[in-house]
Amino acid sequence: MNVSFGKFWKSGDPFIWMTGGALALSLIMIISLIVIVAANALGYYWPDRLVQVTLKDGTELLGQRIVSEPIPTPDTPAATVQSRTEFQVANRDLYGADFRWVNDADITARSFPAEALLFERWEWGPLFGFLTTVTQDGKVIAEGFARAWDKFQEIHPRTQETLERIHRIERKEIGDINYALEHARLGLKRIQTEERDPARAAKYVTALEQEIATLQHRYAEKAAELKTLYDENARYRFLVRAAGGKEKELPVAAVVRAFLPNQLSWWGRFKLYVTRLVEFVWDDPRESNTEGGVFPAIFGTVIMVLIMSMMVVPFGVIAALYLREYAKQGPMVRAVRIAVNNLAGVPSIVFGVFGLGFFVYVLGGGIDRLFYPEALPTPTYGTGGMLWASLTLALLTVPVVIVATEESLSSIPREWREGSLALGATKWETIRKIVLPGALPGILTGMILAMARGAGEVAPLMITGVVKLAPTLPLDAHAPFFHLERKFMHLGFHIYDVGFQSPNVEAAKPMVFMTTMLLIGIILLLNLTAIIVRNRLRNRLRFGTF
Amino acid sequence: MPEVEIRQVCLFYGSKQALFDIDLDIGRREVTAFIGPSGCGKSTLLRCMNRLNDLVDNVRVTGSIRLSGGEVLDPTLDVTDLRKRVGMVFQKPNPFPKTIYENVAYGPRILGIKQKARLDEIVERSLHSAAIWEEVKDRLHDNALALSGGQHQRLCIARTIAVEPEVVLMDEPCSALDPIATTKIEELIHELKQQYTIVIVTHNMQQAARVSDHTAFMYLGRLVEFGKTDKLFTTPEKQETEDYITGRFG
Repeated sequence: MNVSFGKFWKSGDPFIWMTGGALALSLIMIISLIVIVAANALGYYWPDRLVQVTLKDGTELLGQRIVSEPIPTPDTPAATVQSRTEFQVANRDLYGADFRWVNDADITARSFPAEALLFERWEWGPLFGFLTTVTQDGKVIAEGFARAWDKFQEIHPRTQETLERIHRIERKEIGDINYALEHARLGLKRIQTEERDPARAAKYVTALEQEIATLQHRYAEKAAELKTLYDENARYRFLVRAAGGKEKELPVAAVVRAFLPNQLSWWGRFKLYVTRLVEFVWDDPRESNTEGGVFPAIFGTVIMVLIMSMMVVPFGVIAALYLREYAKQGPMVRAVRIAVNNLAGVPSIVFGVFGLGFFVYVLGGGIDRLFYPEALPTPTYGTGGMLWASLTLALLTVPVVIVATEESLSSIPREWREGSLALGATKWETIRKIVLPGALPGILTGMILAMARGAGEVAPLMITGVVKLAPTLPLDAHAPFFHLERKFMHLGFHIYDVGFQSPNVEAAKPMVFMTTMLLIGIILLLNLTAIIVRNRLRNRLRFGTF
Repeated sequence: MPEVEIRQVCLFYGSKQALFDIDLDIGRREVTAFIGPSGCGKSTLLRCMNRLNDLVDNVRVTGSIRLSGGEVLDPTLDVTDLRKRVGMVFQKPNPFPKTIYENVAYGPRILGIKQKARLDEIVERSLHSAAIWEEVKDRLHDNALALSGGQHQRLCIARTIAVEPEVVLMDEPCSALDPIATTKIEELIHELKQQYTIVIVTHNMQQAARVSDHTAFMYLGRLVEFGKTDKLFTTPEKQETEDYITGRFG
């Protein structure tokens, strides 16, 4: 027995099982993570039926079934365990809570009323109920479900077009005017503080004041236009009777979309599902991020990762080049190398604090004093922003790039270097023409690792520029187009914010999973792109032309 | 007048001496072979001639090496200039991971030649001289690494002579090659002798006997015997030389 076990041990088979098992375990964990996230995320936008439930005490509920579970009562025997069901009843403004648990034993009747309507609203979350009337200028123009629903469908697209126009005016046109106004105002302030020659100052001041007057006039025009649009939308209202008897009247324009969930065909459900997914990816968030889309967060994440890569790769490569090619190898260089490796293990929040202290306050504050004194005490660069967050992450990931680049530089065969030197090339020519091209795949590997690490970081960003809701993107049509001083949104922070800082956690839960899936997907996409580029380079290096 | 005069050359790796008072004259447009057992300092001496030993830390060379009268060991000398005059072919073929064309054009480009026509001409002439033109003329823009081992070495020779050096150093150029490729390289050395001074380090005594005009036998960092190849292989003066070439040791 002992002998055969010894033999079995020596044969190496247990080791093979162990290594295989470890790999399998990691794979299972990764796959279950993805499956759990995807399962929780993807079902969210599928339009469910609305069920009407009557309880023993006569209460009526209208809602979507979320989940059923046994009621945990430790003393009762298993056979008599009761279950309960969670319904999303929405109508937050009418009854206070979006969700309600009901004991299954209390339910006396269930039905799926064909006329039950689901309104997704711009504010206050969804509204479930029955349409009774549509009014125009306070007068009823349609009554009864069929006529009112027809009228509603006729009016609703018009109100949404008007709403879109309103948004465009508010965001784009008035935004532009405000931007120009702010510009002019700051210009005025700058002249008053800096221009020494009073005659010239007066000339500039008159010109700027004139400009401000024109802008203000244009602003008034736009405001008037806005008012007529708002008035137009306010004319149409509708009345909904919710389950439980309460009624709610609200403007047609307040509805994003309305549909009859109990009459939808499969195809209709699918179309709605896709529309909602597209909205999730491309729209701005609403209802403190628990509804709507996450586009600003996607945009912020991608731009930040790209800027970080642009900063970290050249910096890391140059540092590694010196360390490997020029520095005299010895205890000093070894110490530096160990320090760089240890830097990779410093907790990211420490980098965040450093970023805040150095980049934001010292560098940003300095830039403000030098270049934007007229805006002070409002900080321009002296507050968290895209640039500082990217730089902080670049600092965080630079050890990864240095280590990968060094590895890859040291793997360039000595024969290539000697061959180049023996032809009369200088060391720099050899590095530029032979060593660096050969090391490129390894450098890209470093970049991939840095991107993967950087895209997943949240803690340092929270104190260097990420916000819950950024009013503007860091890229727009105003020169100089890139506004790296602006605060931005980030998917990782979005997950934290929606999941753990939201006032309505239950409603936000699926959003957390959706955002998680999106973040994983984006990191995967960024990495895949880099990996494909690297493999192409590697193949070229090996077989093709370079 | 000899092309290269080596006088009293000693080389130290730190405190360990690797070459002892080497005196040697290398004739112009001749092939000089260095033979000897492994670790006897043949390659080290070769690498003194283009100062490639500078790359190794803690190396110190004393004595004098004169190339056409100019001092090679002068510390103020621009080594890149020297290396343009003294080309080198390595033991392991080391084409760059670039196209065949770019490999050969590498040296001329370093010299600052930019015109496409000049480069084309140099590449073609060098590949012709290295007897590889016929094999690669249709795929000049393919990656050089796709060639065979023997072709690699001839490509490296083409790359070396593209900058028209005065001396070509060859450090066991055939040790990684099969017999047919070796024959081709040896024939090539015969051709190249018309234009270049060649110094070849080899392990293979038949090869030294076949290709060289003069042979130097080195042992334990010392030059044991130096003379005309015919004479050294038929009537060596020293007992050690005879023992080595008859295969009694080494």
